[in-house]
Amino acid sequence: MKAAILEERKRSIGSGGVHGRGIDCDMNSVSGSVSQRACVYCGARVVLNPITDAFHIVHGPIGCASYTWDIRGSLTSGSELYRNSFSTDLQERDIVFGGAKKLTAAIAEIMEKHAPKLIFVYATCIVGVIGDDVDAVCRDAERIYGVRCIPVKSPGFSGNKSFGYKMACNAIMELISRHKTQKKVGGVNILGDYNLAGEMWIIENYLKEIGIPVLATITGDASYETLIKAPAASLNIVQCAGSMVYLASRMEEEMGIPYERVSFFGIEDTADSLLRVAALVGGAETVRRARALTERGAREILPATEAYRPYLEGKKAAIYVGGGFKAISLIRQFDAMGIETVVVGTQTGRPEDYEVIGGLVGENCVILDDANPTELETFMKLKGADILVGGVKERPLAYKLGVAFCDHNHERKHALAGYEGVVNFTKEIHRSINNPVWGYITPAIAPVTPVTESERF
Amino acid sequence: MLDLTPKEISERTALKINPCKTCQPVGALYAALGVHACMPHSHGSQGCASYHRTFLSRHFKEPAIASTSSFTEGASVFGGGSNIRTGVRNVFEIYNPDIIAVHTTCLSETIGDDMNAYIQDMEIPDGKLVVHTNTPSYVGSHINGYYNMMSGFINYLSKKSGQGNGKAAVFPGFVNPGDMREIRRMAKLMNTPITLFPDTAGVMDAPMTGHYVMYPKGGTTIEEIVGLGDCKKTIALGALTSEAPAITLERKCGVPYEVIPLPIGIESTDLFLMALQKAFSRDIPYELEEERGQLVDVILDAHFYLYGKRVAIFGDPDTVIGLTNLVLEMGMIPSYVLTGTPGDGFAKAVNKLLGAYDVTGSRVKNAGDLFELHQWIMNEPVDLLIGTSYGKQIAKAEDIPFVRAGFPILDRYAHSYFPIVGYKGALRLVEKITEALMDRQDRDAADEDVELVM
Repeated sequence: MKAAILEERKRSIGSGGVHGRGIDCDMNSVSGSVSQRACVYCGARVVLNPITDAFHIVHGPIGCASYTWDIRGSLTSGSELYRNSFSTDLQERDIVFGGAKKLTAAIAEIMEKHAPKLIFVYATCIVGVIGDDVDAVCRDAERIYGVRCIPVKSPGFSGNKSFGYKMACNAIMELISRHKTQKKVGGVNILGDYNLAGEMWIIENYLKEIGIPVLATITGDASYETLIKAPAASLNIVQCAGSMVYLASRMEEEMGIPYERVSFFGIEDTADSLLRVAALVGGAETVRRARALTERGAREILPATEAYRPYLEGKKAAIYVGGGFKAISLIRQFDAMGIETVVVGTQTGRPEDYEVIGGLVGENCVILDDANPTELETFMKLKGADILVGGVKERPLAYKLGVAFCDHNHERKHALAGYEGVVNFTKEIHRSINNPVWGYITPAIAPVTPVTESERF
Repeated sequence: MLDLTPKEISERTALKINPCKTCQPVGALYAALGVHACMPHSHGSQGCASYHRTFLSRHFKEPAIASTSSFTEGASVFGGGSNIRTGVRNVFEIYNPDIIAVHTTCLSETIGDDMNAYIQDMEIPDGKLVVHTNTPSYVGSHINGYYNMMSGFINYLSKKSGQGNGKAAVFPGFVNPGDMREIRRMAKLMNTPITLFPDTAGVMDAPMTGHYVMYPKGGTTIEEIVGLGDCKKTIALGALTSEAPAITLERKCGVPYEVIPLPIGIESTDLFLMALQKAFSRDIPYELEEERGQLVDVILDAHFYLYGKRVAIFGDPDTVIGLTNLVLEMGMIPSYVLTGTPGDGFAKAVNKLLGAYDVTGSRVKNAGDLFELHQWIMNEPVDLLIGTSYGKQIAKAEDIPFVRAGFPILDRYAHSYFPIVGYKGALRLVEKITEALMDRQDRDAADEDVELVM
């Protein structure tokens, strides 16, 4: 197929090595594009979903609930309630007469049988259009049952996925603001890690080892009881900036808790993050411990990563992930592995992320915001990428192109955070990139014509 | 992980827990992917298309394309007319399909976008086509979306030229590419010319070539859809999925139709072959008789392990009806039979099957959810659970053998390449069911009771 790039899209594509030249980002997808991008509801839902003991009620027709049912590999050490799917499953009559009654009844049906402390109600596309007063329903529920019942304003059309993150952050603020007068006890909250494959636990363990208490994890493996302790922390550390910088800024403004952006992906970023946090929260002893941990961590994994180096050195990688910060960590780790990043794109990267990316990669690298499959294909081929790091929609695309793949999103199979994460990541990249199956691909013979009667079966 | 589920069943009218259905648009998208060189287009927020594509990719492990109207606040106030015009122009310009199949969403339906008018008024490049269907997410399920999209294609494209093409139109229902291939294989063995519509074989099971093509070789061609109007009859597989478009085709082009169950199991496959036989006066070839004989032979070989076992079956209506028929033929008892898709036809069809085998006391429900199915099982256990991946948690919680069949299967590979329809498909199901039950027997056997020969 002829590679074609929409005129409107040209400003969302740039190249590395050129500092200061920004690209357009944080815009809505162009109508008619096969966008990889999701909606406001999706953004809000993925951020709040890992809160394990909450009832997450999706107020709308069934689809929005079914597509988000237990799809993220967020692990729990407590309740497994969040892995169920709750919906008001709005029907035609509800659209005509309003769905607020049904929502009220749904909450009543929960309260009859269970004693939750926390309910989130997600308002989907049509809820706003039909005029349901979700705020009022939630207020009534709080009054009648004494439960926290928090509306999440997430009609899909009201912005993009980033806006959904913001709505989720607002919901979290709504929850924790009532507890902001509690006494500071020190320690940190971890923001923007969703405990995929248990990654939150890796980070938590590092911090515990160097003597820094963790109060609330937002939102990986979070619960009502731990979340409300968040205002007592002295520092927020923010892993996924795209989703959580907004919450961190609000907590800074309204609760006086400063925040620090961190990344626990890759050897370099993990060490750098731990040392910074240690210096900010602890004394000289904490920093000494952090240094010991990072030195030990790097040393311990060296034999494993070195063993794979000869198989990976000189390969080329394409990155297509959600946030800009994640892309940055990936570029650094690929660099450490001797792999050159030749294509990098994000769904929700911010101008400052793209600036950093531009400085990290070589001139040979293409930078894309909100890429679609055609663009990904064009540039991966053009640049000869050997592996793509992406999410569920990109996986089959990569395979079809004969390009190896690593899921760095909800469907990651192993923890990719911290030092053990580096080993897992290296293994995954090797397992895919050097798989013998690539050698058996039969190249396409002719341009695609519809299947003929004799070719069919 | 389903600790929440209480044994005691209380009536719920407002809250759906752990659904057994999803919304119309994803069905419409899947149907449109069964048309060659077609771009499905979602007229709604950008999240809809993203979710639907992801959902289909998780089941088929294949790319699933669709473009979106990317609704914004403005569109939801002033209507999505300009979005669809821009969208269609961009799609033809960039992705160059032969046809765009637009489906609506809950949002565009609620604000009242008039798709007919939009499409009539827009500029469509020469030789290109745009069709649409209405798929309000708050009505029915993905099954409705699937057949509504089929009707959309027929309404726009099918024509009666007056000159018959001697073919039968076969509507396969909401099934996998592996099933579509099997339906065609059976028709070929019967030496009967058919147009299978839609046909996702060669699209959602496209081979690895090292090149990504947006429109792989498979799919019903536009020409074939036009030609549906010249078919001598329609064979609609599965009343609850395929009858509606069969009616559409009859109304538009006068093609008579016959509804038979989705051919899962012995009897339903017999009915399918007899329908072809009747339409074309052909004999059933030896190959198919042999396959039928093999199927019966295997069921007989294994019948000691199957007879009287209690089964729970859930999923899409016609698939579940077919599976119910098969397990009845195997001497098993479908104790719980559930679909999430609304519509009374389901219970009627299942109860009729149960009646034919004198099975009483089963629970049969449409518009149900898996929370309730789990409660039924907690109250009176079953020996086997058959359904989509969403059953795996129930199977684990209650420690029941589990056979995956239907849509979606998110946690296994290669399933969509093999049929569950036809004698071959039934043979595959018999193997899966028997293996699940016998693996369990082996697992639970005391060391001294483990048998080598079973």
